[in-house]
Amino acid sequence: MIRVEGIHKWFDDFHVLQGITEHITPGEVVVVCGPSGSGKSTFIRCINRLEDVQEGKIFVEGKDVYSSDVDINQLRADVGMVFQQFNLYPHITVLKNVSLAPIKVKKMSKIEAEEIALALLDKVGIYDQAHKYPAELSGGQQQRVAIARGLAMQPKIMLFDEPTSALDPEMINEVLKSMIDLAKDGMTMIVVTHEMGFAREVAKRIFFMDYGKILEKGTPEHFFKNPQHERTKLFLREIL
Amino acid sequence: MNYDFNWMIVLTGEYRDWLIQGLVITLKISGISIVLSMILGTIITTLRMTGIKILEWITISFIEFFRNTPLLIQLFFWYFGSDAVLPDSVNQWLYAHNYEFAVGVLALTIYTSAFIAEEIRAGIISIPKEQLEASRATGLSFVQAYAYVVLPQAFRIVIPTLISQFLNLTKNSSLAMTIGVMELTYMARQIESYSFRGFEAFTVATLMYICLSLIISLCINIYNKKFLRMIKY
Ligand SMILES: Nc1ncnc2c1ncn2[C@@H]1O[C@H](COP(=O)(O)OP(=O)(O)O)[C@@H](O)[C@H]1O
Ligand SMILES: [Mg+2]
Repeated sequence: MIRVEGIHKWFDDFHVLQGITEHITPGEVVVVCGPSGSGKSTFIRCINRLEDVQEGKIFVEGKDVYSSDVDINQLRADVGMVFQQFNLYPHITVLKNVSLAPIKVKKMSKIEAEEIALALLDKVGIYDQAHKYPAELSGGQQQRVAIARGLAMQPKIMLFDEPTSALDPEMINEVLKSMIDLAKDGMTMIVVTHEMGFAREVAKRIFFMDYGKILEKGTPEHFFKNPQHERTKLFLREIL
Repeated sequence: MNYDFNWMIVLTGEYRDWLIQGLVITLKISGISIVLSMILGTIITTLRMTGIKILEWITISFIEFFRNTPLLIQLFFWYFGSDAVLPDSVNQWLYAHNYEFAVGVLALTIYTSAFIAEEIRAGIISIPKEQLEASRATGLSFVQAYAYVVLPQAFRIVIPTLISQFLNLTKNSSLAMTIGVMELTYMARQIESYSFRGFEAFTVATLMYICLSLIISLCINIYNKKFLRMIKY
């Protein structure tokens, strides 16, 4: 599904990703955690080519993400993404936020796209907010709109970059619930998060990143009970 | 100061009709040029923002060249030089139609689009780059992301400065008289030379320009109020 082969990335002379090789299978939910600045965001942003890499390759469903003849828009349509800061479009309604890409990229009719959008909004529990503007919604609601927007293209993979970090504590659970539902539906997901409860419940594997490398990885069991690496232990002590 | 005012001469009969004809031409040349310069300015800015070096280089040259040469020179350049720089088919079309008017539109459009491109760019820069990123991540192409996400937000921000560009264009359209476009200033001048009633003719023309400016400001302010939704990030 996703094959990452020895990627290295530099921001000028800062070596942010220092050789990552991974294989993520269909339906797998992977949680990525690690200290701030360790390269987690950069790593998942490489998967839909929001960032370039200088070495190595990434294949999504067999397609070479960095090859010059890949249809990057098509590829991105298959990979939904949810950001820490929601990044909804403030000038259009929630419904239009969700239906924009299906209409413009898939050339779906407006009626069909809005039908799908409403079904997704219903799924994340904000059907009744469809005609509001993003600024009129709470943070938790906005992030659920962002999830619906990510799902609207019927992607095969969803990437989440700290989707609950910008939320007030009382709104975190409503967003996690939508993500757990999605995981249970069999979506392939890579989730950067420090919500270890979420990791325990749905992650098949947890990656611990530090200094641009995946230092440790394993099932939640292994990860929480028997962390091997000193830095993982330190990190878990701080976070749990 | 023993000038004998005669307002009736420019407010009735043939001279009044000339002023109205002039006003209509001013409205036409300004209106068409506003629309075209918005389109051209938007295209230029979008090309500039693609990050493709050659496009960036060409658009910056275009903007700097046309912003930094006098409009009057540009009018003369197109008027006397269109034979040399435009394709034959375009010239033939221009000659067959209203050549002076078309050249006036061409010059005003290109000149103003250079300014508008810069205003729009300022608006785009003020939009968080995450907006472009989030829309590209859903599969929108660069141009689609600009058309549906980035530019609509940028326009809302730069509307006040765009208004002043539209007003400048309307005032600048008076320069088109020099190439024989029979707009408002041309007609006032015409009345002056026929009747020696220059003061009255130019006073009325001035008032017409002021009214026009006020109407343009008003329209855009109404648009602004109606469509300026709360933009919060
Ligand atoms: N566009 C950029 N230019 C330069 N440095 C960057 C850029 N984006 C991220 N970095 C740096 O790369 C490092 C890793 O960033 P990031 O992937 O965002 O970390 P994380 O998500 O794990 O907190 C940080 O030190 C950050 O400052
Ligand atoms: Mg991050």
